[in-house]
Amino acid sequence: MSEDIFEIGGLKFSSRLLTGTGKYSDDSVIPAVCESSGSQIITVALRRVDLESKTGNVMDFIPKHMQLLPNTSGARTADEAVRIARLARAMGCGDWIKIEVISDSKYLLPDGYETAKATEILAKEGFVVLPYVNADLYIARSLVDAGAAAVMPLGSPIGTNRGLKTREMLRILIEEISLPIIVDAGIGRPSEACEAMEMGADACLVNTAIATACDPIMMAKAFGRAVKAGREAYLSGPGAKHRNAIASSPLTGFLSEG
Amino acid sequence: MNVILNGIETEILDQMSVFTLLESKQITADTVVVELNKEIVPSDNFENVMLNDGDHLEVLRFVGGG
Repeated sequence: MSEDIFEIGGLKFSSRLLTGTGKYSDDSVIPAVCESSGSQIITVALRRVDLESKTGNVMDFIPKHMQLLPNTSGARTADEAVRIARLARAMGCGDWIKIEVISDSKYLLPDGYETAKATEILAKEGFVVLPYVNADLYIARSLVDAGAAAVMPLGSPIGTNRGLKTREMLRILIEEISLPIIVDAGIGRPSEACEAMEMGADACLVNTAIATACDPIMMAKAFGRAVKAGREAYLSGPGAKHRNAIASSPLTGFLSEG
Repeated sequence: MNVILNGIETEILDQMSVFTLLESKQITADTVVVELNKEIVPSDNFENVMLNDGDHLEVLRFVGGG
């Protein structure tokens, strides 16, 4: 099999697992998580510096080869997302941005309309825009028109570890949308990441499931393998499903014949 | 004079640049991005941009996130 390359924003990656930096009880495991997962793209958030207490800098733990993907978490409108994206770019770590526009605090569901507006503005400014959205065909189409580099539909609400509750809608996006589909949010187990990849998703973004595991380094390794296994299964062209049994062994030449 | 620094009214010395303010707060300049009255201050301009009474400053940096 020729090498399977994941291309996005004009860059090529061998890993199809994106990881995050949130929720670790100790950020010092992040380098080992990056290594064991094989991930090459990692998310961060932008926040006010705490002037009262000195806290560690997450950037000290992100290996230099990683592609940084800042998010716009905290934005409630397109304008706020644009403001955060411009600030993130001014940090000098590239022009990738994951757009999150959320005003619902219970389920943290993304606002598709505001997300599309922000995508259009930022794509025109040269950002590589990866918008986080509901698994909705019309929103996804509006993101294609707006110049997104990928579409990142949720599997289930952020941080819930509940898996692919949007399975049927994801299937439609994979079939209908020409941009890379990166399943983001809610993936709680490697089997769920594997399933998304088997369905034909281009990549998965996993943060909570790795960061909150008792052993994040081992879980990161499991996710890396699951994403790879699912991808290879997809590329191999799975066999058809049947309602009735179809014997795997020959139905002739039995001992009792004749 | 006073500025609004990350949402908090803060008294600072006169004739302070963005850089000297960061220094006074023990913030390493190359780990942050600064917005002054909603305009981004390029990091190579931190030493030249002087602060005025009533300025709104946001000093941000990357943190863990998904």
